[in-house]
Amino acid sequence: MKRFLILTTALLLLSGCSSNWGWYVVDPTTKNGWINLKFMASGAYYTIIMSLTAILISVVVGLLVALPGLSKKRGWRMFNRTYVEIVRAVPILVLILWVYYGLPALSGITLNVFWAGVLALALSDSAFQAEIFRAGIQSIARGQYEAAQSISLNYRDTMRYVILPQAIRRILPALGNQLVYMMKMSSLVSIIGLQELTRKANELVVSEYRPLEIYTVLVLEYLVLILIVSAGVRWLERRLKASET
Amino acid sequence: MSIISMRNVSKFFGEFQALKDVSLNVIAGERVVVCGPSGSGKSTLIRCINRLEAHEFGEIIVDGTALTDAPADLDKICGTVGMVFQQFNLFPHLTVMDNLCLGPRRVLGLSDAEARARAMSHLERVQIPDQANKFPRQLSGGQQQRVAIARSLCMEPRILLFDEPTSALDPEMITEVLDVMTELASTGITMIVVTHEMGFARRVADRMVFMDKGEIVEIGAPEDVFTAPKSRRFAAFIKQILNH
Ligand SMILES: Nc1ncnc2c1ncn2[C@@H]1O[C@H](COP(=O)(O)OP(=O)(O)O)[C@@H](O)[C@H]1O
Ligand SMILES: [Mg+2]
Repeated sequence: MKRFLILTTALLLLSGCSSNWGWYVVDPTTKNGWINLKFMASGAYYTIIMSLTAILISVVVGLLVALPGLSKKRGWRMFNRTYVEIVRAVPILVLILWVYYGLPALSGITLNVFWAGVLALALSDSAFQAEIFRAGIQSIARGQYEAAQSISLNYRDTMRYVILPQAIRRILPALGNQLVYMMKMSSLVSIIGLQELTRKANELVVSEYRPLEIYTVLVLEYLVLILIVSAGVRWLERRLKASET
Repeated sequence: MSIISMRNVSKFFGEFQALKDVSLNVIAGERVVVCGPSGSGKSTLIRCINRLEAHEFGEIIVDGTALTDAPADLDKICGTVGMVFQQFNLFPHLTVMDNLCLGPRRVLGLSDAEARARAMSHLERVQIPDQANKFPRQLSGGQQQRVAIARSLCMEPRILLFDEPTSALDPEMITEVLDVMTELASTGITMIVVTHEMGFARRVADRMVFMDKGEIVEIGAPEDVFTAPKSRRFAAFIKQILNH
């Protein structure tokens, strides 16, 4: 990772020598550049808060959708399939527009841009979470259910104390992936005007006319955020593993 | 007075009939050993007793309650029947102590301290109190199976079912598990043990059941069936096992 960062920096510096670049817009040593950088970085707040809120909701909804998918009853499984297939088929951008502009017309509920974004991201992600949970739960050996049944645990306790703790350990890498994906997709919420990273960058481009430099900084912002998330997920994985030995 | 009564029980897996009209009565405190070739329906028989499998025909009454689909009936026998599996089936993410305490806490409603005290006493009984804070995979197979037995005992069942408890073990660990089972057998708990350990059967069993192709072919006291098997199939089976 270090190597990679050095390489990217070197590339940027090299290309920075070319006369097409104007790094002054984001040069932290100048007053204006520093203000611009601070303006851009301030978008991180909504990117992070929105992604985390959305992933929390989508994990819960995903689990609630996954469980009927594992039922012996056909009707429950049908509900799971229908939900997953339909939600998965809608492009996130379309879902964002639909929730923000369509939902008020349909239901009279008007959401602010933040909650519209959270809802759209969470909804879209929940279908994937449902599939991840279903696969994770299905990967737990039947003997675990039988052992739970042999000590008379009911369904809820079996899931809560026996199956889910094991399943979650197994799907943690996939959940980490989803969080990374969510952070990237949150950039689409800029379209309805939420002041997150991408929106801030767009606004700066409009006033400064330096898209190349500003979007390069934007790329780096996402890169840093996502590398932090990845490290966090790996740390969690290691900790859960360590707790078993 | 029978604690388990099976009358004309049949069990199908799709078209395949795994149990054919099986009848068996077990009285409280009795120790029954079930043997028979692989695929003869031994596991299916005992799994029907704790409802891991649902039978299609016939009647199974456990401790006065007929096993049906009604959840209320299953609640009544809740905790009555324990089971020990060939593959142990311990909960790998929980310590030995937590494996043992889960049922008593969640099902029997014991307090934390009560559950731990009970778990400890059963760990002492299976002679591994010093392993309480380890995780299952840090233990040997024999130790894991003893933990599994202790986990069942923590629910204080009246009936304990064993499905080939020593088949997955290395030979040197079989004895330690059989010793624990032999000790248990002297406590008055009803035991049904599927095993090919004929020495254990002779020592411990009140009755032997021999199954073949989904049927109970022979049943009787070990001294009788071993010395004078009535069916040719059982005679052949014993011969094969003893020569093994
Ligand atoms: N879940 C199942 N689905 C289909 N067939 C099964 C299932 N469980 C057991 N059987 C079949 O039922 C027969 C008896 O199985 P089992 O009771 O496990 O035999 P045993 O324990 O004596 O080896 C076997 O032929 C086995 O293939
Ligand atoms: Mg078997």
